[in-house]
Amino acid sequence: MSGQDARHGQRRRRAGRLWVQRLGFLLLGLAAVVVVAPILVVVVGIVARGIGTVDWEFLSAMPRAGMKEGGILPAIVGTLLLTLGTALVAVPVGVGGAVYLAEYARDTAFTRAIRLAIVNLAGIPSIVYGLFGLGMFVLFLRFGTSILAGSLTLAIMTLPVVISTSEEALRAVPTEFRTVAASLGGTRWQGVRTVVLPQALPGIITGVLLGLLRAAGETAPILFTVAAFYLPQLPRSPLDQTMALPYHLYVISTQVPGMPAGVQNGTAFVLLALVLLLNFAAAWIRRHFRRRRPW
Amino acid sequence: MAGDGAGVKFTVRELGVRYGERLALRDVSMDIAEKKITALIGPSGCGKSTFLRCLNRMNDTISGARARGRILLDGADILAPGTDVVALRQRVGMVFQRPNPFPQSVFDNVAFGPRVLGLASGRLLASLVESGLRAADLWDEVKDGLAQDALALSLGQQQRLCIARTIAVAPEVILMDEPCSALDPISTLRVEELMRTLAARYTIVIVTHNMHQAARVSDFTGFFWIGEDQAGLLAEYGATAQVFTRPRDRRTEDYITGRFG
Ligand SMILES: Nc1ncnc2c1ncn2[C@@H]1O[C@H](COP(=O)(O)OP(=O)(O)O)[C@@H](O)[C@H]1O
Ligand SMILES: [Mg+2]
Repeated sequence: MSGQDARHGQRRRRAGRLWVQRLGFLLLGLAAVVVVAPILVVVVGIVARGIGTVDWEFLSAMPRAGMKEGGILPAIVGTLLLTLGTALVAVPVGVGGAVYLAEYARDTAFTRAIRLAIVNLAGIPSIVYGLFGLGMFVLFLRFGTSILAGSLTLAIMTLPVVISTSEEALRAVPTEFRTVAASLGGTRWQGVRTVVLPQALPGIITGVLLGLLRAAGETAPILFTVAAFYLPQLPRSPLDQTMALPYHLYVISTQVPGMPAGVQNGTAFVLLALVLLLNFAAAWIRRHFRRRRPW
Repeated sequence: MAGDGAGVKFTVRELGVRYGERLALRDVSMDIAEKKITALIGPSGCGKSTFLRCLNRMNDTISGARARGRILLDGADILAPGTDVVALRQRVGMVFQRPNPFPQSVFDNVAFGPRVLGLASGRLLASLVESGLRAADLWDEVKDGLAQDALALSLGQQQRLCIARTIAVAPEVILMDEPCSALDPISTLRVEELMRTLAARYTIVIVTHNMHQAARVSDFTGFFWIGEDQAGLLAEYGATAQVFTRPRDRRTEDYITGRFG
């Protein structure tokens, strides 16, 4: 009699627990949908409305008629040049800094301060970098609003990401290899260059691409340092101004009345495609190189 | 001491090693014979690896490690400040417990040392690699696959590859820290045979947990023990036959008979 009651109770409690679990899954699933759905809606919207505008002329022609017609070539070229310039500065400095921190620096108050600074720099809003670039490169160093100033500004913004991901990738390489390299008469640098760096390379490349990805899509850092409102010609020197995709998008979306929606969505589509391409490249490199490693 | 009669490669005197404040090795003195195999045995944590790492200054790579005393290699003190450790490590190579080839090709593994030391390139490098692999008894197994990834080899082959990598820089001494403990019995036997062959040309110092191995391959045996102060010490040292059959030290006898049943 009482045993049966107990069994009933157990079954009821188990049913209750199952119900709670289902509710939990439901809520988590909802949360995932809430996060992903808006992104999907935006992306699908941009692709659906933009892809019709994107043809060869749109990609290869100068803008015409107050940017309402023609193409966006200078903005594409500008963004590519800025990303390249950012890479030229951020990769050697960032990877070099990471090698120093991971392979040479001892754990002192000084290196701890550097690490703290890197973490904090990563959290600074991009507009602050933009203002810093204006003060430092455009005005103080007299580079003017130029690709040089813009690239340097973007590079400084990108450095924390490049340094911290590269350092992490270097630290993931087992110490043993450094020891072996030393035991064969290699200097520390020889061990790093020939054994450690090649193994950390996939991680480093991923970090670099993620950093560049952010640089390519940012508007605020280039606002005062390089971006031109309307400049229907290609830059000829690093000291020239240039149009750039994110800023162009901002301009045609908010600053020019009567802009055809097709041009806006087409520009957004191109920027999105560029960023996604870098993203896929990063993912591919990570997957391709991370096969079959014993650690 | 042991090594009488033969040439002496290392003369170690009153060697002490600290890790930070902790004394890991106390007052070790021993002569290591040239072109012989010297085995170091003893319980875990008694400082065998620590001692071995002193012989090519690999303890320098451990922060907080400090060595006191004298270690003469062919009469010159390698603990003296101003010693060229890169040159020292070329003369005194090391093989580690776990086979640890670089995740590169077989060829690049063996070529690593000659390359970083600038010993050879091109055809000369290729012949150095070949002779290293031959000396390590691995050539016949990999000669058709020098470009293959070293990690594709079996563990036993990987360890012989590591030996080839060490030999390629033309060392005088090869230190081995439990080189067979990750290997199966057949691979172990091959490495032991290899050591006997190598002893004709190189001075070999091997740390081993396996006392059969020490008895089988070595000419001299050093028995390390942990003192009351937890610091390692050299309890007994002599010709292998003597240490295993007529140990002078009570602790050696207990240790050996405990293992041999
Ligand atoms: N890298 C290290 N840092 C600090 N202490 C160490 C280090 N390596 C070894 N020791 C200490 O030194 C003592 C001897 O260790 P080790 O030489 O590895 O002994 P064995 O090889 O005989 O097992 C041990 O007590 C160990 O804890
Ligand atoms: Mg050991």
